[in-house]
Amino acid sequence: MDINLLTIDFARDLVARKQTTATALTEAFYTKIDAEDPEIGAYLALSRKRAFIQAERIDKMADKGEELPALGGVPVAIKDVMMTRDIHTTAGSQILRDFIAPYDCTAVAKLEKAGAIILGKLNCDEFAMGSSNENSGYFPVHNPRDLTRVPGGSSGGAAAAVAAGTAVAALGSDTGGSIRQPAAFCGVVGLMPTYGRVSRYGLIAFASSLDHIGPLTKTVKDAAIVLRTIAGRDPKDATSADLPVPDYVAEIGRDLKGLRIGVPKEYFAEGLDEEIRTAVEKNLDMLREAGCELVPLSMPSTKYAIPTYYIVATAEASSNLARFDGVRYGYRAKDANTLSEMYRRSRDHGFGPEVKRRIMLGTYALSAGYYDAYYLKAQRVRTLLVREFEEAFTKVDAIVTPTTPTPAFKLGEKVDDPLAMYLNDIFTVTADLVGIPGISVPCGWTKEKLPIGMQILGKHFDEGTILRIAHVVEHEQAAV
Amino acid sequence: MKVTEKDVSYVADLANLELTDDERGRMSKDLNSILGYIDMLNELDTSNVEPLSQISAMYAAPGAEAKTGSSQFAYALREDVVQPCLSREDALRNAPETDGVLFKVPKVIEK
Repeated sequence: MDINLLTIDFARDLVARKQTTATALTEAFYTKIDAEDPEIGAYLALSRKRAFIQAERIDKMADKGEELPALGGVPVAIKDVMMTRDIHTTAGSQILRDFIAPYDCTAVAKLEKAGAIILGKLNCDEFAMGSSNENSGYFPVHNPRDLTRVPGGSSGGAAAAVAAGTAVAALGSDTGGSIRQPAAFCGVVGLMPTYGRVSRYGLIAFASSLDHIGPLTKTVKDAAIVLRTIAGRDPKDATSADLPVPDYVAEIGRDLKGLRIGVPKEYFAEGLDEEIRTAVEKNLDMLREAGCELVPLSMPSTKYAIPTYYIVATAEASSNLARFDGVRYGYRAKDANTLSEMYRRSRDHGFGPEVKRRIMLGTYALSAGYYDAYYLKAQRVRTLLVREFEEAFTKVDAIVTPTTPTPAFKLGEKVDDPLAMYLNDIFTVTADLVGIPGISVPCGWTKEKLPIGMQILGKHFDEGTILRIAHVVEHEQAAV
Repeated sequence: MKVTEKDVSYVADLANLELTDDERGRMSKDLNSILGYIDMLNELDTSNVEPLSQISAMYAAPGAEAKTGSSQFAYALREDVVQPCLSREDALRNAPETDGVLFKVPKVIEK
């Protein structure tokens, strides 16, 4: 058995049919991680004890001939911004170097309840702030498709682990593109659900009105399985939606005849890599042949999404990260004489440069005299962005764009220019601001053998349609 | 230059950061570059546009978009009854310094 090929159903069936045990499978993944992860750097911590306890539980079920739950015996890994009880949870930050989570994130608990084996915690940009994983407070992640390149960010460890086969699936988080952009860079599927579809309880907050938890997987079906498992109302998150969870797995496989797909010209403008343009356009032609109607769109507010995002997200972050003060948890500077000195030095030593930059920008935007000009202005533009999408969705069922303007870039290439790094998210941030779901699905390769991602955006709570379209795109890739 | 090093010091103070001299110089350069880009938002007339802070107010519950104010979030409320919460032991477990009951911090009031 080649564990690189394992999908969720494949792994679960092997355990259910007793062709292997969950314990042996877990063992095999740890062996692979020990051998292959050092040069990739996807894992920050391994949770062997918890993994083997769960594996044993699943094996007992299989021994008794009980039906295994949806992810029974499937080894998965979790981006380190999600709380995992009794396991190190650092958010990729030195300020949480020694933090042991006292409870489980709801999404993690739901995955485990569905039988998943939690292998460990995945590297990411510090507090999920970054597009290359080079802002990790520990070490950068290398893209398994080309080790000289970044895996994207901030869920770079999650995308890299799934691409390298050191986890069957992973949970990531997306605030401005942090699931979809690394999925595109590493050639895996990344799904950001609608805001409120998945509980944020136990997700270390970056920007609360923009944060989403979602899956990174090898296949579209796996993304549907994970979403079905983690979605739903959670009394512990007041913004989680009080709406029924459809069977996303049943959605995929339905044909696309009659679907209207919007193609916004602003996402295919100057600056888009030619190989990416060609690959996405080729897939659009394929979708037309599959029975979709392609509808040209103009979404002129697109260019305002990045500036809006960097005000809204940093303002919320400056407030959320105020809790890291060296009192209740996290790093405390030893040399301080007064309380105020202790706060400042703990934060100064504990946070990395990008986190400080965003706290500063957010604090500036919220400060007296600038609040109206920046924060309120950005919130008003956010309304305009929502209106533009609502208008578009009266004409189309889904919108297709490239996920990123370029393929994975080299490590070190953009670290000195924060603005250039921010522009990486130009095609992904809008969906976070508008709260709609988006998926990145592999749709081709560059000449240099780098993966290309196609993004499909849907209406609020209509993950079913974008999964359906992504499934057809995926099927077409397999056929090429 | 919109943001001077003096502004940086003031904002750092608000944010409870110290920043070294080097960091301050770099910070004013970075903030000016990013804010210069953000100024693009002034091209848009938003005088008659309502600000949006939470998308779930519009979509998270059936019929929510028709409601206003806090009633949009009525579905999020529960009965006011005591429920279990994090134990004291768990809450103190990650603290840098405690006396076993409370968090300890450096002296706040000088004699």
